[in-house]
Amino acid sequence: MEYYLGITQTIGVHTLLGLSAYVLLLTGQLSLAQVGFFAIGSYVSGILTVIFGWHILPALLVGALVAGFFAFLVGFPALRVKGLMLVVATIAFSEIVRLVFFNVNWRVEVNGLEVGPDSTQGFREIRYFAANGWEQAHVVLLIWLIVILVMVLLWWLDKVRAGAVLRAVGEDELAAQSSGVNLTMVKVAAMTGGGVIAGIAGGLFAHSTTYVDHHTFSILLATFAVSYPILGGLKNVLGTLMAVIFIQGFIIEGLRFMGDYRNILFGLLIIVAMNFRPQGLVDGNFTSDLRKLLRMNQKRGGIDA
Amino acid sequence: MLKLTNLAKYFGGVRAVDGLDMQINKGEIFGLIGPNGSGKSTTVNLICGVFPQTAGTIELDNVDLGRLAPHQRIEFGVSRTFQNIRLFGDLTVWQNLWVAWRDAPGHETSWLVNWFGSPADRRHEIQKLLEFSGLGDRADRPASSLSFGEQRRLELARAMASKPKLILLDEPAAGMNSEEVADLRNRILTMKNLGMTVLLVEHVMDLVMSVTDRITVLNFGKPIAEGTPLEIQNNEMVQEAYFGSAKNVEAGN
Ligand SMILES: Nc1ncnc2c1ncn2[C@@H]1O[C@H](COP(=O)(O)OP(=O)(O)OP(=O)(O)O)[C@@H](O)[C@H]1O
Ligand SMILES: [Mg+2]
Repeated sequence: MEYYLGITQTIGVHTLLGLSAYVLLLTGQLSLAQVGFFAIGSYVSGILTVIFGWHILPALLVGALVAGFFAFLVGFPALRVKGLMLVVATIAFSEIVRLVFFNVNWRVEVNGLEVGPDSTQGFREIRYFAANGWEQAHVVLLIWLIVILVMVLLWWLDKVRAGAVLRAVGEDELAAQSSGVNLTMVKVAAMTGGGVIAGIAGGLFAHSTTYVDHHTFSILLATFAVSYPILGGLKNVLGTLMAVIFIQGFIIEGLRFMGDYRNILFGLLIIVAMNFRPQGLVDGNFTSDLRKLLRMNQKRGGIDA
Repeated sequence: MLKLTNLAKYFGGVRAVDGLDMQINKGEIFGLIGPNGSGKSTTVNLICGVFPQTAGTIELDNVDLGRLAPHQRIEFGVSRTFQNIRLFGDLTVWQNLWVAWRDAPGHETSWLVNWFGSPADRRHEIQKLLEFSGLGDRADRPASSLSFGEQRRLELARAMASKPKLILLDEPAAGMNSEEVADLRNRILTMKNLGMTVLLVEHVMDLVMSVTDRITVLNFGKPIAEGTPLEIQNNEMVQEAYFGSAKNVEAGN
């Protein structure tokens, strides 16, 4: 049971990370800065609950906002670079954030215990949940409530004009500009929104695993984040969720016996997806295929449609 | 209305536009013609702010557009189409217009509705523009699924969606058959009747000569002639620039 809850937890956090990259991909920005925002969210919210004794919800919120603020700042220089250069620049950002936290040492005594970020040792004992009597199922519930909230929000965004504008920018910046779209505003807003979502993910991750260190915030994690919406397609948010379930649930967990070869498989999968299904492996067609499949099953079950 | 003064754009050593003076009056259909590579598209791009000019000024109703970002110029009432159609192909026809939509001056909705309004808030008005463009039954199709002629019409509609005072058409007839060109001519005349000013860049001479009020001819980025269609047709320098006659160029494109 605990094992499955653990996977569910991971899938939830990774879905948020994937969605944060999804928002940026809509505007055509391929960013590996999401792990940097994730790191900021985890340290800030962790510090707030551990050192300042805050409740988890305001701590997550402030962590997300601080991450969003940094994303806002990153958004402006990011406007000037595209494609591969943006990838490189955002990797650099994530690495800087990682190295900064590598050096944060802020140890205080709380209830006779020394706690807080311990530079190279990472940030351990982020024990808000255990200390406040949360069971793992409650934690999973909290994570998934937030995942659903974010998914519903993004789903709604796609139905209003702002969503169409985001996609227009992703398709053709020049045409969007010439149609009156303020590119700066839209791209910075997307970066900020993505930063907020990654920040929440970071806060949830830090508290559910109780520790983070600089290994946590690897470029591999950033690669995972962008690969979910790439594999899942940009048709809607469900694609990203499907991709996370597939990669985390099946490739990483299901094929555990393959060890590090899973990463090769993961890489191959992305290459295949980019070459043969640029719109994603599980895109809108997937949902309609699924619907057809369900209808078929209904018929088999004897219900006449 | 639009006044270009000594406008220039150099790309490295290439003088794409080189000292262009041009004035378009309100309500005019103004033709800009010239051989391939003479700087017509570059002029359109300069007016829209795709890149900054090397020298000179661009004024619209005495407002200096020169330093404004492209989207700000749209707020002042300039919009355009592209020589090579640039639609949002994965968006629906309807969404293409929704993105570009601006309420008519004096009828603006709130910022909130503008960004976070649902299609229902604009359904009626945008549908009207679609009907006008002969795309009434195409609203929910992806723009990329339209035929070439339909895509041209959609791009025109998208340029109109921002309620421009001045609309810049960069070779809107390219690739069209004679029937489609006739339809385009009617649309351009309708735009004029609706009070828009039109800058028409075009190689299809029948269209240019029959629809414009005045024409400027560019060659190597410099204006070599200006006048009514009749004056331009009889201008020797123009005929020379086109290597013989205008008809050849038309056939070549
Ligand atoms: N972005 C650019 N970078 C470099 N050179 C450019 C650029 N845009 C245009 N040019 C050059 O400027 C010159 C004028 O090009 P422009 O596209 O304005 O011509 P045009 O009159 O529109 O021609 P056509 O009839 O073929 O459309 C050409 O020599 C072209 O190669
Ligand atoms: Mg051109």
